[in-house]
Formats: sequence, C-alpha cells, structure tokens
Amino acid sequence: MLFYPESFKLSTPTDREILIERDFNAPRELVFEAFTKPDLVRRWLLGPDGWTMPVCEIDLRVGGAYRYVWHKESCNITMGMGGVFREVARPKKLVATEKFDDAWYPGEAVNTTVLEESGEITKMKLTVLYESKEARDTATRSGMEHGMVAGYNRLEELIASMGVRV
Amino acid sequence: MVIETRAKNLDAVFGALADPTRRAILARLASGEATVNELAEPFAMTQPAVSKHLKVLERAGLISRDRDAQRRPSRLEPKRLAEASAWLEQYREFWQTSFARLDDVLDELQGKKSTRVKASRSSRKE
Repeated sequence: MLFYPESFKLSTPTDREILIERDFNAPRELVFEAFTKPDLVRRWLLGPDGWTMPVCEIDLRVGGAYRYVWHKESCNITMGMGGVFREVARPKKLVATEKFDDAWYPGEAVNTTVLEESGEITKMKLTVLYESKEARDTATRSGMEHGMVAGYNRLEELIASMGVRV
Repeated sequence: MVIETRAKNLDAVFGALADPTRRAILARLASGEATVNELAEPFAMTQPAVSKHLKVLERAGLISRDRDAQRRPSRLEPKRLAEASAWLEQYREFWQTSFARLDDVLDELQGKKSTRVKASRSSRKE
C-alpha cells in the first residue's frame, strides 16, 4: 500500500513558482469537493493543531471570491486571506488568485490546482505563481539560490553544523 | 498559510543567509566570538569585505557586536536562526498536517476506515 504522506513534495520548478504535490487515496471528484466545499475545507486546511477556520466562504465560479480566516485561540492570533477564481474546471482544475490580508510580499499570487486520476489515486499538483522571483522568495522567506526546499535543507545543515539547539 | 506576525523581520534574516560567505561566518562564530581580523584570515578576505558581511548579519540580528570595545568581536545570536528555521518548518508543517487531515476527511466521505499510517500523525510536532 502507498504511504500517502510520503508522496508529499515541495519544489520550485521556476523562479516564480512553488509546486506542492500530494497523492490522495480517493476519486478525483471527491478530492475536488474537499478543496471547494466550505464545510469540508474548514475541516482540513488548518495546519498544525490549535487552529480553526471561523470564516470559510467559497463562491465557486469564474469571478467568484473566496475568503479564509484562521484563528488560534491559545495565542489569540487571527489571519485572513482570499482571492478570486479565474478558472473552475470541475473536477480537474482550479485557478484562483491569493492575497493575504497582511501580505508580506508584493502583488498577488495565483494558485493553480490540478487533479489527475491515476488508478484509484488522485494526484494533486498545486502551483503557486508569484509576480516575481523576489515576491516568491519573500513569501517563502527564502532568498536562497536553489529555492525554498534547498534553502530549508541548507539552513538545517547550517544549524546542525553549528550545534545550535533549535 | 499560517505564519507569525514577526515574519517581516525574517526578510533580513533570509537575505543575510543567502550568501555562502555569510553562512560560513556564522558557522565559524558558532564555535566562539571572533574579531574582523580573525574572520578575514580563514576566508581570505579583506577586512572591509568581512566588515560588510558582518554589517548585514548584524542588521538581520544574527550576530551582535560590542559598540565600544576596540576589538568589537562578533557573537552569534542563535535565537534569530531558530526563528528563521521555525518559520520554514511552519510552511511544510502547514501543508503536511493539513493533508493528513484531508486524508481522514476523504476516508470518511468514502465510508472507509483510515488507510493512513497513524504514525505519521502521532509523530508530528505541535
């Protein structure tokens, strides 16, 4: 059996993009629902424990808006983001703009979610396209030459080599 | 994506870390404080060149230097590095934990028991 978390991959295919890949053990139609129905999205798009999604509004049509707000009770942190759908091709593809309320990078990003069927597995590719390399690198906090993942590994190596307890 | 509000300050940190010489300087400072002279030698650099790198590292809060002392030795500020590392970890963590939840939601929608290996979730960090 496939070990689904192992299929998780982060990469930087171009200067302006971040690509996130993941396999899911479900039909494509269902994965599409899970990405576009507020009642489902707010159950999983939460990140680490402790976060909730008090606002999850999705107007699933070209030109329609979506809005997400996350809240962490224990730290009393709230953050929001949203955007507009540019393409809705159920159940294959979604294209939407993305902008955080307190954006720390210039311009908007464009998210393209592509779902491909492979037997009983659905392969998801989420590409985040920033307006510039600088925006991407700022958004990911990584100005390092080989992109975020390489940068991350390098930082880890550096920290390990320094014997600094993080 | 979930980020901390002080993320803006991390721009300077990552900008500083982008340069291989500056990373090497940090690695050197991990073994103890050093003066500009002491840093210039192993890196085969002029003192002004080292000073320039130190200024960038200092602005990013990755090192500190005594203002008044003549030698002005540089010291590592490990807290800053830890913050930068934590930020990047959050990006991966956000997606990995979210997708693990999505696995559960998808299984439930299909009326399946979780097919996911539970260890992947219980081993994750808070």
